[in-house]
Amino acid sequence: MAGHHPTYEPKTGFERWLDLRLPIVRMAYETAVAFPTPKNLNYWWTFGGILATMLVVQLATGIVLAMHYVPHVDHAFNSVERIMRDVNYGWLVRYMHANGASMFFIAVYIHIFRNLYYGSYKAPREILWIIGCLIYLAMMATAFMGYVLPWGQMSFHGAVVITNLLGALPVVGEAITTWLWGGFAVDNPTLNRFFSLHYLLPFVIAGLVALHIWALHVPGNNNPTGVNVKSVEDTVPFHPYYTVKDGFAIVIFFIMFAGFVFYGPNLLGHPDNYIPANPLVTPAHIVPEWYFLPFYAILRAVPDKLGGVLLMFGAIGVLFVLPWLDTSKVRSMRYRPTARWYFLIFFITCLVLGWCGAKLPDDPVIPNLSTFILGDSDLNSYVWLSRIATAYYFAYFVIILPVLGLTETPLPVPESISAPVLSHPAAAPAGAAAAPESRG
Amino acid sequence: MLRKVIALAALGLALSAGQALASGTTNRAPKHVEFGFEGPFGTFDQAQLQRGYKVYREVCSSCHGMTLMSFRNLGQKHGPFYDADRPNPNDNPYVRAIAAEYQINDVDSETGDVIQRPGSSADRFPNPYPNEAAARAGNGGALPPDLSVLIKARHHGPQYVYSILTGYANPPAGLKVSPGQYYNPYVPGDLAAFWTGDSHHVPPGGFIAMPPPLRPDGVTFDDGTRATVEQQAKDVVAFLTWAAEPKMIERKQFGMAAMIYLLILAGLVYASYRRIWRNVAH
Repeated sequence: MAGHHPTYEPKTGFERWLDLRLPIVRMAYETAVAFPTPKNLNYWWTFGGILATMLVVQLATGIVLAMHYVPHVDHAFNSVERIMRDVNYGWLVRYMHANGASMFFIAVYIHIFRNLYYGSYKAPREILWIIGCLIYLAMMATAFMGYVLPWGQMSFHGAVVITNLLGALPVVGEAITTWLWGGFAVDNPTLNRFFSLHYLLPFVIAGLVALHIWALHVPGNNNPTGVNVKSVEDTVPFHPYYTVKDGFAIVIFFIMFAGFVFYGPNLLGHPDNYIPANPLVTPAHIVPEWYFLPFYAILRAVPDKLGGVLLMFGAIGVLFVLPWLDTSKVRSMRYRPTARWYFLIFFITCLVLGWCGAKLPDDPVIPNLSTFILGDSDLNSYVWLSRIATAYYFAYFVIILPVLGLTETPLPVPESISAPVLSHPAAAPAGAAAAPESRG
Repeated sequence: MLRKVIALAALGLALSAGQALASGTTNRAPKHVEFGFEGPFGTFDQAQLQRGYKVYREVCSSCHGMTLMSFRNLGQKHGPFYDADRPNPNDNPYVRAIAAEYQINDVDSETGDVIQRPGSSADRFPNPYPNEAAARAGNGGALPPDLSVLIKARHHGPQYVYSILTGYANPPAGLKVSPGQYYNPYVPGDLAAFWTGDSHHVPPGGFIAMPPPLRPDGVTFDDGTRATVEQQAKDVVAFLTWAAEPKMIERKQFGMAAMIYLLILAGLVYASYRRIWRNVAH
């Protein structure tokens, strides 16, 4: 069962003929069927499959939407409403696409936090991790440009705010902004190129995903123990073991997705985006989509515009060098009793940043309480909470992880993946290595 | 324990993200009013939609356009004048009669002259004003917003619009109200600059350029329902909600089938999962 691994054997004459010329069936078989996968992957590992599924959902619905959408400032808003009203099942396709973007980000954030907790970015998976960071960047660019397309108030003014950020860059900033706009303001040329790029980038993501999977299949999956696969006993073939487990997780994820699409399709959006864009009327409170809020909070935490922009991009940039910042030899935080708590604080910090991003910077965190003015604002304000959280966000990567790897005493790590698995759920024998799950 | 905390927190993030976007304003929170179209099984009441259309037609439409609506929409499935015997709205006598009451600007295809002709089911609801400047000129500089998707364009749209329509109040003594402005505690605004009283007790709400539009018995409902201001407001909100989201019932019905399908599929896949993994220690 677990020790037996299938190999590809062409069965028909045509398959043998093809296999000598273009072994594409063999490649598919070795990638999706025979691929040896650690047998102890938990449900946090299903989000890769969920993300791949969501990419397909977004591509399929997006291609249909593009057949009906009109990328022109005078027609974009009404063409989206026409999709909602007059296109057969247009409401379904559009709500799936709009909420699918949010689902995509929920899944990618869980995928990233799983990676951080189990140390999946460490050698020999640095390239795999970096490609993942590139996918995340491309996703953010795609989502931002997609949100502009309905040409509502938040679309327009969000585009103005974000593109203006690039103007803060010294020397080249203004030229880049003009080039990006295709003029001297966000206008029809901007909408046209955003539509073009919004269509292009998902295919770039698909290409990066292919590289991501390739880079995954060289070292193989990490696993909750962080211990390398030692023998065939530690693994099961990907199919049917993980196709069925991922499949179950995908269906559960789709139930949540369907809950939003059918029963709260506008919950994750902003009502102002149902007001047609008007350059002369600025919304009282411009907020990005929820998945950008932590970065928006970091941006606003810095009083200087250029500093804020650099710090915001730095928050993503620091991820690229993470494999070399974390000095610990132990991958999984199951065996890192101190790092685990810093990780939990880091996770909460990211939620706090998201919360701050949705609030007005000068509003008090605790209502009706003024403490004292520190610098430019009362200490009891979202801008100061953002600053504290931003400081921890960066400290986690550039101070805590490098130092902790050298000072922390990790718990004993099991000999192999099978070692803790085989003794589970028998009464825990002496020795920490025997039942690490119970301490998670 | 740690993993459970993280799982719960992630769920909390997903559920609270939508709520987190609401910002603090000085207006009063919308009234709690329940509508039959809310909830996963909620549907539109056709009689209410017809009453709501009448309120729109006789009151709102003198200033507010609904440019996304065509007369045919009134007769489509789940619409106010849908007739199961005449599923094609173009055959629906109510739709045709309502459309024909309007004179639509057109061009004579023979002569090229600008003409007016009776409306047909394919025509859009005509705008009360020829352009924005005319609309502003007729309303003291304020632009009456288009009502097509208004309900979706406001936080808690149905409750908000209901509260505005029924929430007009006499301005508290000490509040300076300019001519052509009306005090309404449910309108977002900051009245500090117009308030001469205690600066710690600035009244909630703001000014709106729309005079109180609804009067008791301002319309006569054909089904005999008493036309109180609350009843008219409730009915017109139902109509506007339908107009903003005409496929809402279809969406919820589709969703119920999708949910049942997904739950059965989840059960089957979980059973397969248990069976496939039964001999693997993990």
